[in-house]
Amino acid sequence: MGKTIAEKIFAAHLRDEPFPGAKVLSLDRVLCHEITTPVAIADLQARGKDRVFDRSKIKAVIDHVTPSKDSKTALQAKMLRDWARHHEITDFFDVGHNGVCHAIFPEKGYIRPGFTVIMGDSHTCTHGAFGAFAAGVGTTDLEVGILKGVCAFREPATIRINLTGTLSPKVYAKDVILFVIGQLGVNGATDRVIEFRGPVIEAMSMESRMTLCNMAIEAGGTSGICLPDMTTVDYLWPFISGEFASREAALADYQQWWSDDDAVYEKTLDFDISTLEPMVTFGFKPDCVKPVREMAGAPVDQIYIGTCTNGRIEDLREAAAILKGKTISANVRGIVSPATPKIFQQAMQEGIIDIFMSAGFCVTNPTCGACLGMSNGVLAEGEVCASTSNRNFNGRMGKGGMVHLMSPATAAATAITGVLTDPRSL
Amino acid sequence: MKKHFTGPAIFLDRSDINTDEIIPAKYLTEVTKDALKPYILEDLKLEGFDPNGATLKNAKVVITRANFGCGSSREHAPWVFEVNDIHTIIAESYARIFRQNMFNGGMLAIELPKEEIEKLFTLKPQGDVEIAVDLDKQIITAAAGQECIGIPFELSPFDKALVAAGGWVDFADARY
Repeated sequence: MGKTIAEKIFAAHLRDEPFPGAKVLSLDRVLCHEITTPVAIADLQARGKDRVFDRSKIKAVIDHVTPSKDSKTALQAKMLRDWARHHEITDFFDVGHNGVCHAIFPEKGYIRPGFTVIMGDSHTCTHGAFGAFAAGVGTTDLEVGILKGVCAFREPATIRINLTGTLSPKVYAKDVILFVIGQLGVNGATDRVIEFRGPVIEAMSMESRMTLCNMAIEAGGTSGICLPDMTTVDYLWPFISGEFASREAALADYQQWWSDDDAVYEKTLDFDISTLEPMVTFGFKPDCVKPVREMAGAPVDQIYIGTCTNGRIEDLREAAAILKGKTISANVRGIVSPATPKIFQQAMQEGIIDIFMSAGFCVTNPTCGACLGMSNGVLAEGEVCASTSNRNFNGRMGKGGMVHLMSPATAAATAITGVLTDPRSL
Repeated sequence: MKKHFTGPAIFLDRSDINTDEIIPAKYLTEVTKDALKPYILEDLKLEGFDPNGATLKNAKVVITRANFGCGSSREHAPWVFEVNDIHTIIAESYARIFRQNMFNGGMLAIELPKEEIEKLFTLKPQGDVEIAVDLDKQIITAAAGQECIGIPFELSPFDKALVAAGGWVDFADARY
């Protein structure tokens, strides 16, 4: 019987099985940010075990609230900073160099096919785009990861999603994943890995694959995952060129992780996305999804483009293509947060920042900020945001506020009109 | 802190109660568990539910529906229950990370079939519902008014070991 990619990664990393079904995996990456890590650090210190299992496998960033907005967030940043310095964690990104964790860590080449990755952040599933098993965990799992380099999982079954057809113009990975979550439901993939397959994925950039995998958790999934291919190799090449004689050699090595043809899936879902339209959420759960067309005209107060879902260069390009030469409605405020300094700089060089600013957008530094209602664009009671983020829970972006999730193109179109707008209609 | 798995229940009658409802993100700037205490379930809008009410204040056990704790990985969600002296949650199902976080902290996230959860909910009109969890026999006893029912539950040996060890840090530290 063949194995899925997730099963192969589990088998290669199995460190212990203390009880049947409880798989303790060795970890290739333990990623840290300043919201969930300080409590782990404090607990390790209180236990007299302030150690790290392997400083080269631990990466850290201050990203959720940065630069710090008050004394409490300054303390969180300081705790992470002091700890990283103390343990000589050299891959630590502070103000001026920091960006949204799930954008900056892949950008630095830290995530490789076949890796096991944990982070105290639910959107860690993003990194499955590289053919890694990447799971969000709580602070206790993070703490043990930092100290021992292991994490326990019940081995998840895999749901395979085959995507065929061709994406229509102005329809993107975000629309695909919103559609898929609508099909699966918010707990349709709980304790499962979602393996994305098919020609649609093969044609997608790494950025799009990250958008797709980022939202696996919104269907309850432990990790999203894509098979590593030449697109993966090309993205990683600047970081792996010393390890392999050629790109073909790298690909050949990475193919060891490919799911076998006779791998067993819990279920397989086939979707032809050729007729898929731009999608948007309504209500307060990410599986409440409709075509934008059906929601067109609903008023919004704020537009937010950025986050670990859609703050990458390709996303900014999509939005800028729609905003070029236009100004946003006087009824809305627009905020764009490029997800990393590199993306920010690239966007400047390409003239994208200029387009956003000329249109009337506020451009912020890279940070998670408004997505979870912490800074840089918190909503007032009763306000509505058109957002490229991943979560539309009640109050997510500020108490009493509401969020519609959508692609950067739809968000840009909505910014121009001030009401939910299908980007194809402009 | 020693955990207990017995006491008065509060019923949260909705599926998909998420971590932002359990503890809003704006409180994640706290760096101690105790500081979270006043904010438990602050953003949960549910008919008959008052985050400042006596029912929640007295509760030691939460009984709820499916996919409890979905959303963020924040362990602040289990912690806000922990510091409010609620160490047991009984639900039809959980989000993976929330469930793991409960056991990682030495607390109980018991899963029951829908019909059994329904049985617990039917006790509610009879007054205060008192829950007792017998970990060895794996039976929940629920008493309300004159009625008392026993419901067996399943717990994996690993989850049981985590509760016995007081959580994953102690378990892992002793073993790896």
